[in-house]
Amino acid sequence: MRTLFALLLLILPTAITAEEVVLGLSQDEVAITTSFDGSEIFVFGAVKRETTIPEGDLGVIVTISGPPLPVTVRRKERRFGIWVNTEGVDIEAAPSYYAVATSGPFDEVLSIRDNLQYKVSVPSMIEAISAPTEVIDASSYVNALLRIRERAGSFLLLEGAVVVDEQTLFRTRIQLPSALTEGAYATRIFLTRDGVVISDYETSIDVRKVGLERWLFSLSREQPMVYGLMSLAIAIFAGWGASAAFSLLRN
Amino acid sequence: MQIYLPIAEVSVNAFLLLGLGGLVGILSGMFGVGGGFLMTPLLFFIGIPPAVAVATEANQIVASSFSGVLAHLKRKTVDLRMGCVLLVGGLIGAALGVVLFNYLKSLGQVDLLVKLCYVLFLGIIGGLMFIESLNAIRNTKKGKVPTRKKHNWIHKLPFKMRFRVSGLYISVIPPVLVGLCVGVLAAIMGVGGGFIMVPAMIYLLGMPTKVVVGTSLFQIIFVTAFTTMLHATTNFTVDIVLAVLLLVGGVVGAQIGTRIGVKMKAEQLRILLALMVLAVCGKLAFDLLVTPSEFFTIAASGGH
Repeated sequence: MRTLFALLLLILPTAITAEEVVLGLSQDEVAITTSFDGSEIFVFGAVKRETTIPEGDLGVIVTISGPPLPVTVRRKERRFGIWVNTEGVDIEAAPSYYAVATSGPFDEVLSIRDNLQYKVSVPSMIEAISAPTEVIDASSYVNALLRIRERAGSFLLLEGAVVVDEQTLFRTRIQLPSALTEGAYATRIFLTRDGVVISDYETSIDVRKVGLERWLFSLSREQPMVYGLMSLAIAIFAGWGASAAFSLLRN
Repeated sequence: MQIYLPIAEVSVNAFLLLGLGGLVGILSGMFGVGGGFLMTPLLFFIGIPPAVAVATEANQIVASSFSGVLAHLKRKTVDLRMGCVLLVGGLIGAALGVVLFNYLKSLGQVDLLVKLCYVLFLGIIGGLMFIESLNAIRNTKKGKVPTRKKHNWIHKLPFKMRFRVSGLYISVIPPVLVGLCVGVLAAIMGVGGGFIMVPAMIYLLGMPTKVVVGTSLFQIIFVTAFTTMLHATTNFTVDIVLAVLLLVGGVVGAQIGTRIGVKMKAEQLRILLALMVLAVCGKLAFDLLVTPSEFFTIAASGGH
């Protein structure tokens, strides 16, 4: 079967499935512990091909996306001399974190058409906008979201961060921030020739709280009464403890 | 040393939180205010989500107030009877406040209302206290004895009760009402309400300043404990790790603050509190008036 497939590839000169991504990840899960302070993901892989190197410029794009969450973007306006929130636009799914690493300038590595089709760049990731009718320029709200998240370092475009050796091996390092949301972080790799996607691969990195963090988080959601009482007990005990310690110091 | 907060889902410097807790704790012990009106904005500033900051702050106030009240109990400067009367009003007020808060939240203007509340109340109270303390200091320098108004409309109300520690014989209606109003505001503004309670006790109820601080702390413990439970069970926004870091600093600070407070004159204490209240008010008013550098804000939209 495999030989037949290889034979077919030899006969057909088209390069659509001639190259494939083989991926490695330094880790497929990120554990959030109490001392968690960001993490670096090392993404590496190779281009598998069973023919000679085809024509055209090879490009590699790696994206890591945090879990998509609904957000509301509100605009401030001056009313009666003070700045107040006015209209808001609900954005149904915006990733809490999104990083794009490319092997070259984004526009050269990926065509506009394929960018839209595969939703690679940050703006194309923001989906399904529901704006109230009184909002005229909904796009300015989306731009604001992009601007604020970019400034906060949650949306990253790392042009040229992917290193490609001999048109075969590629590697990149992507820094995850310390303020991470739990969930599955979709990791995608695209292989392009002259801006056209010829192969893609998707996997996910599991980001989750472990140990004490996990236990406290579950307790607060599953047994909020116990959690609340525990918080109060700690507060009362700490208050009493400090008072007792200070009277001991004085005597 | 960075520490990851499980509920807030951010990583922050543990020593920064300990320091903030300590600083606010000192003020709390000195003035009998929970310190929430200072701490909550500070937590916003270091990147804690507002909902988590407000809820966790309530828990931290429980600790620093408890620590402070123990110091006052030893010195017998807590009017337990008055505290209980205020508390009755306070708990009813807090419950009403939460209902009002949720209603305004559905209108989407809760942030603005909270800020306006801060500016309004901090401004009025800070201003009045400042003028009054300044006059008191001037009078003591001139050698005048401050005369306390013995009889006003408050003394004509029914249901009179004797408050021995405060040296008062007044109706229970004003303290219950004061407790109620402070409770409502406390729930809306996410603070213990000490900065409103303390002046109300001095100027409306005519209580002696030394008793006011301990009594205010006593009733704050219960109101904030109640608020903590409400936040923990309805919004799941109490971050216990954040609370522990803040309260370790806070309880130590409160002990130091109480000792500083005892050594200071009542007028000086009041004028300092007034200045602090006015400073926070000024900062908040400035933020509302100045043109922001970013016209848009992002909020997580849960629930629909």
